Amino acid sequence: MTTKTRVPAIDGWFTMDEHAPALLGSRCTSCANVAFPRETYFCRNPHCQGNEFVEIPLSRTGTVWSYTNAGYQPPEPFVAADPYVPFAICAVALAAEQMVVMGQVVPGVGVDDLNVGDEVELVLDTLYADDEHEYMVWKWRPMAATGTTIRQEA
Amino acid sequence: MANEKSVAVLGAGMHPWGKWGRNFIEYGLAAAGDALKESGVDWTDIQYVAGADTIRNGYPGFIAGATFAQALGWTGARVSSAYAACASGAQAINNARAQILAGLCDVALVVGADTTPKGFFKPVGGDRKDDPDWLRFHLMGATNPTYFALYARRRIELFGATEADFATVKVKNARHGLENPYARYKKEVTVEEVLASPMVADPLRLLEICATSDGGAALVLCSMEFAKKHGTQDLVTIDAVSTVTPRFPQIIIEMPNFSTDSSAAVATVGPTFKESVALAAYEEAGIGPEDISLAEVYDLSSALELDWYEDIGLCKQGEAEKLLRDGDTTLGGRVPVNASGGLSCFGEAIPAQAIAQVCELVWQLRGQATGRQVKGATVGITANQGLFGHGSSVIVSR
Repeated sequence: MTTKTRVPAIDGWFTMDEHAPALLGSRCTSCANVAFPRETYFCRNPHCQGNEFVEIPLSRTGTVWSYTNAGYQPPEPFVAADPYVPFAICAVALAAEQMVVMGQVVPGVGVDDLNVGDEVELVLDTLYADDEHEYMVWKWRPMAATGTTIRQEA
Repeated sequence: MANEKSVAVLGAGMHPWGKWGRNFIEYGLAAAGDALKESGVDWTDIQYVAGADTIRNGYPGFIAGATFAQALGWTGARVSSAYAACASGAQAINNARAQILAGLCDVALVVGADTTPKGFFKPVGGDRKDDPDWLRFHLMGATNPTYFALYARRRIELFGATEADFATVKVKNARHGLENPYARYKKEVTVEEVLASPMVADPLRLLEICATSDGGAALVLCSMEFAKKHGTQDLVTIDAVSTVTPRFPQIIIEMPNFSTDSSAAVATVGPTFKESVALAAYEEAGIGPEDISLAEVYDLSSALELDWYEDIGLCKQGEAEKLLRDGDTTLGGRVPVNASGGLSCFGEAIPAQAIAQVCELVWQLRGQATGRQVKGATVGITANQGLFGHGSSVIVSR
């Protein structure tokens, strides 16, 4: 089996650290507002005129704010596996940033394995692949999923 | 309840919702024709045309006021077009209202119509990595129902809502729409049938998620003075149109975003976005939720209708399920919601939908809503929300 090159499905949204990846947000140098995806030319705070930002890694762990799944294959530009395999999606509250960030849940974890308030951790997983590349994206993985088989990164 | 910022509604018209597969202009033309006929105003006397846009059938310059004006026969009337996702229709109403209130015209036609493809709404094609709407499908497979389901799950967690509650909303709306000649789906369903339909986005099932439809809606609006001269009886007025943006920081995840704003640097104060949409309308009309006889709200999902009960102030947060279970929002109850059948019976024809909500209120307030009439209705409110921070609320009274 040939090894495909792993590349991010989108540039600059997360680190490619296989063991401890992080989403990349921005912090306004004027008012300290944090945003994801990162801001580059305007601050969302209506009381701030700031237009300079530093890149910051967001918290790698959070708690499930809510969750659901994709029972039907989403339309393009989603690139679905053939045959389609349903997956869970969750919205995760990050304590330090006081914001909620969405993402897919790792394969093998369904809605029956999730609860609001569960602790989850950010991991990288394959979104889709072509002949040469695996396109990587962030996903959320429960930190203490009992009775569930979670696919570990190889 | 008319006030100094009210405009009169002379006519309302709709083309039945469905999957007709014809050109959107045809639906808009039919709706405009009916609204004009009701109003007793000739097309050639309309001074201003406000179109509601969408992008799917071409581009916004095409699905626009001018296209409908051309179909009716160009008269040199002033024209505008509004695109605001699901709130496009309300913004078109607001454009016409502003022209009338500014004294720039006396009588205006508002039109919106759409032809929609089957299945999930999806973004415009191409490789558009700077568009969050494109990216949420690409990177997360997050459809519109994904977001509706996140909110539904919150109701289960926070307020003890059940899947049966959500199904009950669908059952109620299906019954409301049975005799509505403009509704697409006219079939009763049971809670059991809803709960047996396929899961789309847990906990929401196929019968609980609004379809996409073809349809058209139109209104003839005029100044109060014009209405008096016209000799209109049983005058219905639009007393408020709210099209406010969210306030920073917005802490509820909204389509098509990946995240909320952060409330770490700037604390959250005041109402949520959806609450503020209705609050601004109440404030403008000088009334409150206690004055409302009926409401038409955007039930993009069954559970979302429950959120609206709270957002438009029919009850406190966490009490929507009780309101539903007690029958308060059913026809015959204290404050019927979606007497038209709602999106549940219509499916969404985006640029027409917010106009259609107002058409329904107009007919209800005139006592012309055969088979679904809310008895003695005097004030109605609409509420809707779309992509990218667009939302609207319109208050109509008699």
